[in-house]
Amino acid sequence: MGLTVDGLTVRYGSLAAVSDVDLSVADGSVVALLGPSGCGKSTLLRAVAGLEPPAAGRVCWDGMDLAGVPVHRREFGLVFQDGQLFPHRDVAGNVAFGLRMRGTSSSAARSRVSALLSLVGLAGYESRRSTELSGGEQQRVALARALAPSPRLLLLDEPLSALDRALREQLAVDLARVLAGTTALVVTHDHDEAFTLADRVAVMRAGRIVQTGAPSSVWQRPVDEETARFLGCSTFVPATVHSGVARCELGVVGLPWAPDGEAVLGLRPSALRPFESGVKGEVLERVHRRDHVRLRVRLATGHEVDAVAGVLDTDDTVTLALDPDGVALVGGSQ
Amino acid sequence: MARARPGLTPALVALIPLGFLAVFFVWPVVAILRLGIGEGGVLTVLASPQTWRLVGFTVGQAAASTAVALVAGLPVAYLLARTALPGLALVRVAILVPFVLPTVVVGLAFRTLLPDGGVFAIVLANSFFNVAVVARTVAGLWSHLDRRATDAARSLGASPLRAFRLVTLPALAPAIGSAAAVVFLFCATSFGVVLILGGSRYRTLETEIYLRTVELLDLPGAAALSLLQLLAVVAALTAGAIARRRRETALRLCPPSLVARRPAGGEWVVVGVALAVVALLLLPIVVLVSRSLGGRFAGYRALAGTGYDGSLQVSGVDAALNSVRAATDATVLAVTLGTLASVVLVSLSRSRVRRGVVETMDTALMLPLGVSAVTVGFGYLVTLNMLPGDLRTSPQLVPLAQALVVTPLVIRLLLPVLRSIDVRLRQAASSLGASPLRVWREVDVPLAGRSLLTAVAFGYVVALGEFGATSFLARPDTATLPVAIARLLSRPGELNNQMAYAACTLLIVVTVAAVVVVESVRVPVGEF
Repeated sequence: MGLTVDGLTVRYGSLAAVSDVDLSVADGSVVALLGPSGCGKSTLLRAVAGLEPPAAGRVCWDGMDLAGVPVHRREFGLVFQDGQLFPHRDVAGNVAFGLRMRGTSSSAARSRVSALLSLVGLAGYESRRSTELSGGEQQRVALARALAPSPRLLLLDEPLSALDRALREQLAVDLARVLAGTTALVVTHDHDEAFTLADRVAVMRAGRIVQTGAPSSVWQRPVDEETARFLGCSTFVPATVHSGVARCELGVVGLPWAPDGEAVLGLRPSALRPFESGVKGEVLERVHRRDHVRLRVRLATGHEVDAVAGVLDTDDTVTLALDPDGVALVGGSQ
Repeated sequence: MARARPGLTPALVALIPLGFLAVFFVWPVVAILRLGIGEGGVLTVLASPQTWRLVGFTVGQAAASTAVALVAGLPVAYLLARTALPGLALVRVAILVPFVLPTVVVGLAFRTLLPDGGVFAIVLANSFFNVAVVARTVAGLWSHLDRRATDAARSLGASPLRAFRLVTLPALAPAIGSAAAVVFLFCATSFGVVLILGGSRYRTLETEIYLRTVELLDLPGAAALSLLQLLAVVAALTAGAIARRRRETALRLCPPSLVARRPAGGEWVVVGVALAVVALLLLPIVVLVSRSLGGRFAGYRALAGTGYDGSLQVSGVDAALNSVRAATDATVLAVTLGTLASVVLVSLSRSRVRRGVVETMDTALMLPLGVSAVTVGFGYLVTLNMLPGDLRTSPQLVPLAQALVVTPLVIRLLLPVLRSIDVRLRQAASSLGASPLRVWREVDVPLAGRSLLTAVAFGYVVALGEFGATSFLARPDTATLPVAIARLLSRPGELNNQMAYAACTLLIVVTVAAVVVVESVRVPVGEF
């Protein structure tokens, strides 16, 4: 069964940070709460943890209402953005904390601690001081600490946001491996992170969940234009879909998963690439990114669009064609 | 849900320190005020030009002392906060010792240095105490101030002095403001120093209240003056609280290791001034100790007796033992009450109780710092016979009064540390299965433990040196060392002087020991 949230509302004074949210996390699955900062996703996570009292609605585990269950009896592990390791304890003392609270014997705790430290890639770190660790290491210890008492649900609040990019990408992969098979709710504003970690994604905006689904379906079919913009789409064009082929004024693109009918296409920069044939345009701006160049192009059709080109393309004019990988269909899959 | 009844448990615990405050502070003070007002004549006193001359002198000497303490304290703050030089630990000890020295000791030291005394001596002695408050409060903030703001100003063309004036000084203003407020408070209510150095010529509100109550039995006069003083104290405390709030919120801070470095160029001048201030702070102590060693230790040998011609009713050794006993009881009581009060205050501010409630309670708990100890002491004699087991004749009366003075200090030491504990650290412990009580034991207690030790050490020396209330409440046979010293000084006889020097040296030794303990645990001292 796992976690179910019914009609949950959390208020700060007169402001509803979370409004009438329904959400479920099935046993053994990982759900990402994805949304811009300030959308209420962290508040929702804190309400699930028992750190914020709900103004209305219920948080249930296996169908049992948790209203009367305080934080320390919920058996929900919690990982903060910046670790929050106990500064007066060493690494082992941090990881063993939850085991001590549950009265685990110290020898059992020791072997559990060393197993978890190797799981997070920090084998042998037991006696290191928590204040001497790097940001990435602290976050790994925080993860091991939360996992040690085998929580029935793991709550992660922007677990990778405080790290620099290279570290974040590496730790995201490690985290996905560690989370496989556990039940977890991850809050993040980064869609790459959400799609790396989660089986299901819930998109949140202004205190409400606007879309829930598998990562690929949310990625391909954002429920509305604002969600599509949040997921990276910058150009929107009307189109007609027939037999898995979408036609619009910028060209034709194969979208085998799209249903027939009128539609709006959301184009990410990667949806338009230089090609032998297609729509001609004038390059207005050229920004070098990691492995590609981001173009701002004024097309012959009058549109100004973002596009992606190879690093070596330096012409002032380009011919762009649609690439199905960067195309989303706005309007959800209902 | 754990947060469904915010603040109910803390509110119940709050009853203990607040109840103590009510019974052993508010009640006696109110009783004295009513006694005075009831007899009439308060208005006469308030209308008398003599009263306002007294107020003028009190405020004037406090303002002058505060100014001197600021001017002397800022270079020392710079030395402590911004420079990486060997021997800074010694400087920390050296400036902290004066702060906790008993007032009678300081009074005697300045009387020895400046036999002609007067206003000059009073101002110097009062600022002598408080250089540490300025230096440490300001250094506390300064050592966390990002140097890059100044660097930016310099790169935009400001000279070092101009960058200091336009960038650093405004950033330090909250700390300087709150230090100035508390120093002003201490100086305005300073008792022992003014009594010893001012004699009957220079009187402040505090000593005048004492003289009117004890010698003239002029209760309406004393009550009117107490009222005035109380109002002034509340004003100063409120100003301090406002400055504190601004300091907590306004600044971008960074770890201290990044800002301390070897001074260069003109900075050495500031370092030189700071070291001169430290040397001047040590001078009175050195003079006092060397005097005590004169006459082949006659003063120390005399401690076994009762002074020249039986000036005391107990021997010096007995007075020392009385001091130790009273200070021990007072410290235990004050640390217990102060810890409870800090826990309550921090719990209330962590739950969603309105900020005003917490700040009002915080200010109320600071009040005993500023109300005339004499008023409190006299109030005890008027009220405490109504409690079961007449406390007025109990030897426990002195520790109770001392605890009242020490408790605010304990709170000011513990509260900032408890406040600085990230609430998410506690939430992490909760989510790992720690009950609310267990969170205190596992997180707050270990993190605030060293500050608690500091509070114990400081509380102990302050109780040991407490003079105002003790001089009023201690009976001749339960006199503590500071009371005995004052008594010796008021009696003729060279032996009495030597004995007083020796007794002062004993107090200095204990004080230095306590300060060394405090410094060796290395916690930031004080948020005033």
